[in-house]
Amino acid sequence: MRVLYSFGAFWWDFLVGDAWEVAAGVVVTLAAVMLLVTVTPAAAELTGPLVVLAVIVLMGVSLAREASHR
Amino acid sequence: MSTFFLFSAAFLACVVEMVEALTIILATGITRGWRSTIIGASLAVTLLAVIIVLFGATTATLIPIDLLRLVVGGFLLVFGLQWLRKAILRASGLKALHDEELIFSKQVSTLGQVSPSGQGVIDWVGFTVAFKGVFLEGLEVVFIVVTFGASSSAGAGTEGVMVASAGALAAFVLVAVVGLLVHRPLAQVPENTMKFAVGLMLAAFGTFWAGEGAGVEWPLADATILVLLAVYSVFAFAAVALLKRSAQRALATA
Repeated sequence: MRVLYSFGAFWWDFLVGDAWEVAAGVVVTLAAVMLLVTVTPAAAELTGPLVVLAVIVLMGVSLAREASHR
Repeated sequence: MSTFFLFSAAFLACVVEMVEALTIILATGITRGWRSTIIGASLAVTLLAVIIVLFGATTATLIPIDLLRLVVGGFLLVFGLQWLRKAILRASGLKALHDEELIFSKQVSTLGQVSPSGQGVIDWVGFTVAFKGVFLEGLEVVFIVVTFGASSSAGAGTEGVMVASAGALAAFVLVAVVGLLVHRPLAQVPENTMKFAVGLMLAAFGTFWAGEGAGVEWPLADATILVLLAVYSVFAFAAVALLKRSAQRALATA
């Protein structure tokens, strides 16, 4: 049980770290893009900038949150 | 496609993929140590070789490449952003410079894998990043060789694949030599600067691959990675400047 917990804790810390909002935001963004491209295949070329914008907003929010806590 | 053009096309396409794999190997090796990085990369190459031996040319249709891009790309993007976030906080003075080692040694310690001297320990971060990066790029090289070779007029069936394989092999030799030449000078770069750069690169590669896997059509194909790198760099440097200024303002009012 302890080994399982340690294994899970390692992967949680490895991927999510101390900024869960970034990891969750990336998953939501990619799911939204997949849905958009599936529903509207013509949007495939336009979704790239949206992914980049989402990443920048996520990082901006996360960094601002961290700075306000210090 | 003549033999020469088939060789050249496979060579150039494979150089692009191998340079991407080399970038990840160098970045991971310099920041997380060479042993685990090389083990991860070697295991990825071995796994690829086993898959190719078992399934041959059908490998290209066996593994759903978009799903792999989505998973590996998503993983690299999340991991790269975590790394970049910490590097920005360190560069702006909001985080101590060496806390990463402390946190990592705690992680490894919880897994019970630290020997007293620290020798012989696998760095799972370095191992995993190198393994996934090399496996995905290696698989793309396999796709290039199989699709270019099979669709060429240089030779029927296996002959075309052999010519494309020769192009891939030449690309591997060139990229490996470049990697051996540049890894020492790169190791002289200060640690946080290197981690900052690695975070940017992983985020750029991750965005590109995860986007492709999710269905995005990048207008500049692989060259989009350079654009992503430039955009994220501008953002990261602006963030460092803004955070530094806000920290100084907070100190002044305290």
